[in-house]
Amino acid sequence: MPDLDRRRALRQAASVSVATGLYGISFGALAVTAGLSTLQAQALSVLMFTGGSQFAFIGIVGAGGGGLAAAATATLLGARNALYGAVVSPFLQVRGLRRLAAAHVTIDESTAVSTAQRDPQTARLGFWWAGLGVFVLWNACTLVGSVVGDALGDPRRWGLDAAAGAAFLGLLWPRLAARRAQVVAAGAVVVALALTPVTPAGVPVLAAAVVAVVVGWRIPAAASRATVEDT
Amino acid sequence: MSATWWAVLGGAAACYLTKLAGHRVPAHWLAQPRVARVSALVTVALLAALVGVQTFTSGGALVLDARVVALAVAAVALALRAPFIVVVILAAAVAALLRAVG
Repeated sequence: MPDLDRRRALRQAASVSVATGLYGISFGALAVTAGLSTLQAQALSVLMFTGGSQFAFIGIVGAGGGGLAAAATATLLGARNALYGAVVSPFLQVRGLRRLAAAHVTIDESTAVSTAQRDPQTARLGFWWAGLGVFVLWNACTLVGSVVGDALGDPRRWGLDAAAGAAFLGLLWPRLAARRAQVVAAGAVVVALALTPVTPAGVPVLAAAVVAVVVGWRIPAAASRATVEDT
Repeated sequence: MSATWWAVLGGAAACYLTKLAGHRVPAHWLAQPRVARVSALVTVALLAALVGVQTFTSGGALVLDARVVALAVAAVALALRAPFIVVVILAAAVAALLRAVG
């Protein structure tokens, strides 16, 4: 592979790792203020290792939801990683233990960096460096964040409860380009808020996912190509 | 082992198996437009619902407080392409400031 392409892939992997790692600090801090121990926060970053799902997990627990609702929401939010696996596995060409490792680092960032490359060799390089780079920095920063969060005391005094909403908005923002996504987002908020006073914590968020399934399933086939491209 | 630990480990296992499934199932199963569409929209719906619940509710009730202003500021920052960490810190600072003064 040309040296230039190789260097560009490594540079992209590095910048994505640093940026993602930094918001690991906010994850760690929010995890302990949601009531998790430092070890539990770290276990999520090592074992679950998919940012959106981890934020969702602590969001549900922090709101007083049960463990089952938290785990189910995290799993549903991680469903997109299966699609990423299908995208990257043809050029990764890995078997056995390496495939088990590749699956663990199949996340938004590694998929984005690898699919931005021009040839399979550079794509593989981008995938592994972004995946492993994010893994190392995300975990280191989770630890920093959870120690800092523990030391801060009352989370409300520091506005950390507001930071959680902003974190979800930050994860949502890049996915709102398409009109249909905006409609689903608005519908999901309405459903979740309407159910909040009448259902146990955690249920409103899961129920909102039903909106997406209904809308996504019922779009006529003719509209589907455009939809996939803009969502 | 506490309920939270079971949820941490169970959720992590389910997330890992989801990732692994993507590497193992035939690509054409997941390449169907309907699957890709539902998956993308489920992500959007869950994140949007979490924004709503984190910002407008407290202890099972609908509440309007400093978090709403903080979220509006976060939205402006995102529209101005601020980095994720800046958006999060800004939102916390706005809420903390509003509570400190009022």
